[in-house]
Amino acid sequence: MNRLTLYSIPILLTAFLVLVTNGCNTTGGPGAGGLVTNAGAAEEVYVAPGQYDEFYAFLSGGFSGQISVYGLPSGRLLKVIPVFSVDAEKAYGFNEETKPMLNTSYGFVPWDDAHHPELSQTNGQTDGRWIFINGNNTPRIARVDLSTFETAEIIEIPNSGGNHSSPFTTENTEYVVAGTRFGVPYPQNDVAISSYAENFKGMLTFIQVNPESGQMEIAFQVLLPAFDYDLAHSGKGKSHGWTFFTSYNTEQKNTLLEVNASQNDKDFIAAVNWKKAEEYIAQGKFKEIPARYAHNVYSDETHQATSTMEEKVKVLLPEECPGLVYFLPTPKSPHGVDVDPSGEYIVGNGKLSADLTVHSFSKMLTAIENQSFETTISGIPVLKYEEVVGGVVKEPGLGPLHTEFDGNGNAYTTFFISSEIVKWKVGTWEVLDRVPCYYSVGHLMIPGGDSQHPQGKYMVAMNKITKDRYLPTGPELNQSAQLYDISGDKMRLLLDFPTVGEPHYAQGISADRVVPRVVKFYPIEENKHPYAALGEKQTKVERQGNQVHVYMTTIRSHFAPDNIEGIKVGDKVFFHVTNLEQDWDVPHGFAVMGNDNSEILIMPGQTETSVWEPKRPGVYPFYCTDFCSALHQEMQGYIRISPANSNTPLKWSLGEDIVQ
Amino acid sequence: MKRLPQLLMALSIIALLSLFKLPLWRIKLIAPQYPTGVNMDIWINKIGGDNPGTLQNINILNHYVGMKMIEPDSIPELHYFPYIILALAGLGLLALLINKPWAYISWAVLVILLAAVGIYDFYLWEYDYGHNLSPTAPIKVPGATYQPPLFGKKTILNFTAYSYPHRGGILAGISILLAFVAYWLKKKKA
Ligand SMILES: [Cu+2]
Repeated sequence: MNRLTLYSIPILLTAFLVLVTNGCNTTGGPGAGGLVTNAGAAEEVYVAPGQYDEFYAFLSGGFSGQISVYGLPSGRLLKVIPVFSVDAEKAYGFNEETKPMLNTSYGFVPWDDAHHPELSQTNGQTDGRWIFINGNNTPRIARVDLSTFETAEIIEIPNSGGNHSSPFTTENTEYVVAGTRFGVPYPQNDVAISSYAENFKGMLTFIQVNPESGQMEIAFQVLLPAFDYDLAHSGKGKSHGWTFFTSYNTEQKNTLLEVNASQNDKDFIAAVNWKKAEEYIAQGKFKEIPARYAHNVYSDETHQATSTMEEKVKVLLPEECPGLVYFLPTPKSPHGVDVDPSGEYIVGNGKLSADLTVHSFSKMLTAIENQSFETTISGIPVLKYEEVVGGVVKEPGLGPLHTEFDGNGNAYTTFFISSEIVKWKVGTWEVLDRVPCYYSVGHLMIPGGDSQHPQGKYMVAMNKITKDRYLPTGPELNQSAQLYDISGDKMRLLLDFPTVGEPHYAQGISADRVVPRVVKFYPIEENKHPYAALGEKQTKVERQGNQVHVYMTTIRSHFAPDNIEGIKVGDKVFFHVTNLEQDWDVPHGFAVMGNDNSEILIMPGQTETSVWEPKRPGVYPFYCTDFCSALHQEMQGYIRISPANSNTPLKWSLGEDIVQ
Repeated sequence: MKRLPQLLMALSIIALLSLFKLPLWRIKLIAPQYPTGVNMDIWINKIGGDNPGTLQNINILNHYVGMKMIEPDSIPELHYFPYIILALAGLGLLALLINKPWAYISWAVLVILLAAVGIYDFYLWEYDYGHNLSPTAPIKVPGATYQPPLFGKKTILNFTAYSYPHRGGILAGISILLAFVAYWLKKKKA
């Protein structure tokens, strides 16, 4: 099937959808898709009020820059975790404490495109400690701590453009990885775009994860030709020690890629032997090159983030490191690369191919041993296709993108163009079942479905097109997801629910691996914030030049102090608010009238800082924004702003009037 | 078996001394917002709960209706109660050495009398906290008082309060029983 035919299919499908939606009453009912599901499905996703879901699902927010957390099977939204985007609700990126989290070598970047969440693993099993996610636009990787469900760390990836093939952990979270989706000049430089083939490179990055703290550090980078490195997965079991990256645009073109990057019959999966890389690093066979990248870490003790600018990175060159990288030819611009639970099979989802190509890890090792090379590109051997291919799933659907596994020897592949998920048998390559998705599914997720030990009970399809699935909300619609039961021979649609942003990948984990570690509040005696007031007796207001620091506390239902005078126009006021509460789910908020900033929302035992530069004299109310108690509406105060040249004395009080 | 009464008396003393390790009493408050309850534990020398924030949380709740803050430092009983328990243990040891029925029964009666005084004192504190309300309380319910139950269950506004002996209190009760059994055995043999 040629390329033009393939591309005409979505157009036809879209035309068909338009007919369907126009043909039905938008207030009365949607398209018929999925209505054939049995009535018992409602019972299977029903989680009674007050009961917990069996699984957590972490869906990336795509262009929202966040992670949304759902319960499965109910599809209930539990939380939205801000990661790469500022969030006025939680003051993420607005309060002084979290601003450094979004620092980069370009300064404060308030947004990114968050694609692939990846849970930490121990012995190939999700362990519920952290979830990593890549920022695609300004290359970054974030780590979210699953004891607090807050972003704990963000590291920038240098020498990259478009961090798409990331983070995809190894089986003990030794590494998370990054790979550039866009070739960029190396080193980054002002060159003619048309000099792509000559000046541009593609860098893969291995980020070491501290097994205790989870802290990330760039261990090394591998310099490759300027292909577009699209997705990745690390080996497991027998293939532990290797990471596989798909590539497209092996044509190395820099314009009209939809045509120019779709010419080669086969692109490559790059197989990187990171254990070999560790040996080369130990032998000193790397180049240390200057690089500027930010490393931002949030501390639960100081309740503050710090941003450090790193200066250099170790780079390995395949020409000088034999055995480090091999290319596996894979038909037609492979998108996802997915390794089965045994670690033997590497599925290359060639998105413009009619078939699904599966490589064999043991055949790959044999081919390497026999030096069955087709050719060599920049010192990287290209293995012979026939020598590495382990099997082909024949014509399973159109536009394969991603594959997950259920732990019973079955694989599930999404097909974007034919808008379906196809179940097939690993090893026999026979198609077992297929279900439609509504519409044009991208990624899919089975809890643990990319680990050695999948928890294969449910499957979630994350779709790119929503159309008529829910009540219309104007031109912009939420994305749609479907939940399927995969415990039997046939996949069964159970639930359809809207999602936040544009979920790309997702991860799922049984709740019992997460719940025991979840923190309910921060012990106040462990608060090491430099501006904390650990009791009302420690509250005060201090002036340093035109900076005024207010050490404030909250407890149901008042601020201390709640009357402040002596602040002047031209001052910069820092409200350091410590929440003295020591109970679950008693945050207090703080907002002051006219502040060109967000509120702050302070968790029990935490300190957060809001900065305000008052513009006009007057008396300004502030109040608690979180309905905290029966007397929440009384939780308010006043701050008096005097003209710049006035000499109103600096005074503060709680419960009595300020005496002049 | 000749030494059984003395052995029982020794166990009785150990049971009493457990009060240094285990809480005497628990007041449990349950409300819609507190599905697992707020558990306030009373020890012979401190007031706490099942987490470090318990006392603060109870004080926050109490201040809405004008009840006084519970400040363990300002409750004198918590300072001298440990000495009373130590003195009782010492007298128990004396009774054990004397090893006569009258010694055992005198000790058991003494413990009961002191326990009665203690429970009356507890009642007085509860009465004071429940009735002595601030005139500026944010929430005033005409005629309402907030005295927790001495023993058993009671509804106080949105809370259901349960007041029962905790592990240490139960062991103290067992201590008294053991002393009575020791007396009875000794008397039977004599
Ligand atoms: Cu409040």
